[in-house]
Amino acid sequence: MNHLDTLENKSIHILREAYSQLGNLCMLWSIGKDSTVLLWLARKAFFGHVPFPLVHIDTRYKIPEMIEYRDKYTREWCVDMVYGENSTALSEKTTYPDGACSRIDCCRMLKTEALTHTLSGEWPRYRINHVTGRYERDSNTEPYTGVIVGVRADEEGSRSKERYFSPRDKNNDWDIGNQPPEFWNQYKTDFARGTHVRVHPLLDWTELNIWEYIERENIPVVSLYFDKGDGTRYRSLGCAPCTHCVESAAKTVSEIVEELRTGKFSNIAERSGRAQDKENGGGLETLRREGYM
Amino acid sequence: MEKEDMNIVIVGHVDHGKSTLIGRLLADTGTLPQGRLEQVRETCRRNSKPFEYAFLLDALKDEQAQGITIDTARCFFKSKKRDYIILDAPGHIEFLKNMITGAARAEAAILLIDANEGVRENSRRHGYMLSMLGVKKVVVAVNKLDLKNYSREVFEEIQREYGEFLNKLAVSPLCYIPVSAFNGDNVAAKSERMPWYTGKTVLEAMDDFPSEPALSENVFRMPVQDIYKFTRDGDDRRIVAGTIESGNVKSGNRAVFYPSGKSSVIKTIERFPVGIIENSSAGDAAGFTLTEQIYVRRGEIMTIDGQDPPLVSSRIKANIFWLGKQPLEKNKKYSLKIGTEKTGAYIDEILSVLNSSDLSASAGEKIKCNEVAECIIETDKPIAFDIAEKLGATSRFVLVDDFDIKGGGIILSNVQEVEQDIREKVLLRNYKWEHSGLSAEHRAERYSQKPVLMVITGENNAGKKQLAKALERSLVENGRFAYYLGIGTFLYGVDSDIKSLNKEQLNHREHIRRFAEVANLMLDAGIILIVTARSLTASDISIIKMIVSGEVETVWVGGEITTDLTADLVVESKNVPVRENVYTLVELLKDKRYIFKF
Repeated sequence: MNHLDTLENKSIHILREAYSQLGNLCMLWSIGKDSTVLLWLARKAFFGHVPFPLVHIDTRYKIPEMIEYRDKYTREWCVDMVYGENSTALSEKTTYPDGACSRIDCCRMLKTEALTHTLSGEWPRYRINHVTGRYERDSNTEPYTGVIVGVRADEEGSRSKERYFSPRDKNNDWDIGNQPPEFWNQYKTDFARGTHVRVHPLLDWTELNIWEYIERENIPVVSLYFDKGDGTRYRSLGCAPCTHCVESAAKTVSEIVEELRTGKFSNIAERSGRAQDKENGGGLETLRREGYM
Repeated sequence: MEKEDMNIVIVGHVDHGKSTLIGRLLADTGTLPQGRLEQVRETCRRNSKPFEYAFLLDALKDEQAQGITIDTARCFFKSKKRDYIILDAPGHIEFLKNMITGAARAEAAILLIDANEGVRENSRRHGYMLSMLGVKKVVVAVNKLDLKNYSREVFEEIQREYGEFLNKLAVSPLCYIPVSAFNGDNVAAKSERMPWYTGKTVLEAMDDFPSEPALSENVFRMPVQDIYKFTRDGDDRRIVAGTIESGNVKSGNRAVFYPSGKSSVIKTIERFPVGIIENSSAGDAAGFTLTEQIYVRRGEIMTIDGQDPPLVSSRIKANIFWLGKQPLEKNKKYSLKIGTEKTGAYIDEILSVLNSSDLSASAGEKIKCNEVAECIIETDKPIAFDIAEKLGATSRFVLVDDFDIKGGGIILSNVQEVEQDIREKVLLRNYKWEHSGLSAEHRAERYSQKPVLMVITGENNAGKKQLAKALERSLVENGRFAYYLGIGTFLYGVDSDIKSLNKEQLNHREHIRRFAEVANLMLDAGIILIVTARSLTASDISIIKMIVSGEVETVWVGGEITTDLTADLVVESKNVPVRENVYTLVELLKDKRYIFKF
């Protein structure tokens, strides 16, 4: 058994525990490579089925190819797709691209707030109708009590502290200093009313593992990750105004793997192209405490 | 050649330099992402603090303020030989649960001792926890020797003192290394300041940790995680899913599930997207279809016929460590999780409480936070397990209190149950059972009900039979498949050979056993069986539950319970019309999803 098999088996085990033990479960799909690998793992865990909805938070500033890609595979794999957004901030033009606030505050509104209110069911959810191919307002407003997320420990400091099953209290708070212990494949699966849990099946994966796995399994990823001739590509995907391309001529998955393994990125952090991380000492950590993924 | 992976935990007393050692390892071997080091240097510069390697890991604001590791941070690290995941476990006593979280994931450990402070409380406690968690590959690094002029005497004294302690735990470290993590001595490179030391550096010692032997050589064990029946796109597979803990399996093998003892031949081993594969082994997140339609549930352990079976009991002897703020108490109800099984459990006896720091044993009534104890545990449902010295994975359990995991333990042995003879009969019966061609789900769908045994008991003349027959009528008139049976009916038929005029205890036990066997047959046929019996005790019900494979609900009629029974429901019969009690029972059946579409 090689290291990718080990990672795959552990992630599948965690997905199956979540499905068996948690109540109203959903999985976040950001369209990026990590959550797409997670979706692939779910199809493996459940033998071709995805027995819970996928939730996407649309900031409306996502790079257009991302939404095209989302809807293509939603149809092809017949997944139960749901999206939510902060329609108030968008219609009242209070975002960073509107020139109305900082990057961090923009993330807070369009991602954190949109996410927490979509999960809780307080804001509208839009669900794919596979018959018409259109999104319709979802009549189900029940809060999701289990949320599967594709974060990895190697991304940045606060993520390395996560548990596989990480409880959040009624106020969405993450009490880092007082997390339950987790050992011997036993996770926190008992909950008081009003609390929910985030499940992190990809915690032990690195960026390189993700690409090696995409290569091995031949998983389709959005084309923005590849150089299309101008010598640049995206290494990490987010909103267009705050995510920058990196200089790289990698045109295929195996070229990306090579670049990460021994090439120019073997020593450079993945989120170096994300502007909001740099605004203060621990911008992302502050956001994560508030509910950012 | 493919590089190996290994999880390593770094443990030791608070401030003995664990995070510094890891930071140093990352920096000295050039495996640090460039962005990270610059980011931390920049933060230090802005806050006018001297740069420390530990800051790389203690990346959270909380921690930088307090200067201690709160949780187990992970980082990734490469040597020429292996890819490592390094877990930094907090040394502060308050965070023992986080230390355990880190250490339980590790294959090997580096235990750090500060040369300046010497062996401290948590140096010993962590050593003990490593032995309990089953981490056998240990290296001891004596750190901060720069503060002791790189003295050989200081190093050897600590080696002697700590070695004596580890000896008592039967832990023998692979080596002791004199280190200064701060200056990088003997971390990635040999120190020139300690010419008296000719052994390995920390990095060399890590690469020399032997690899884990393949678990696939052992007996086959797979805790059942779930049974899947996804019907979309006409999928009619019924898949038993789980992660294989040890051994290997081929399609065509006969599987036996414990604690029920049920068995079936494996038809296929399923795998997405390839379809069907021929065999599977330890570590695989697997899925199986079976040839016979047997009812197995999450929590059972799948094994292979002909191999050494696991033990089945509701009474075990175990070593427990407790992490809860509230002490672990005798006779209080906790949840016990072992593999994928979960059951209510209580501590029946505390044999000894051990101080994990000096290994002194004492008697006790409670187990306080961070203490370790040997106990007898009684579980509500029987569990299937192995003993620790035979198979680690299936001998480990956790205890849950107030929604959180508060302790863990390893099973040392099973304790003889009073009803061991009955348990053995049931296992053999289930193994030999010739299964119906229909699955339990199929019947449940057809009848809109799941079978259950409703035991209605109480004093003489409490109105048990009247209630039972009224319930039977109500269910049948609503199209359900229900049957009433008075336990006395047995005496002259099934029991005619053992019926005697003087009521001996043994006959009563056999009487209950035979009745339960018949009830089990009727439940297998999909029936809701309603029985009445006078003044049943807790031990009667435990025999019945041992024999009946399906669900059992107990109802006491007539207010106050006059035996030692704990009933699922108590109803008053005086001054309460029968139809009202029938309504209450039907609600119970609906609530617990025994009947649906009612």
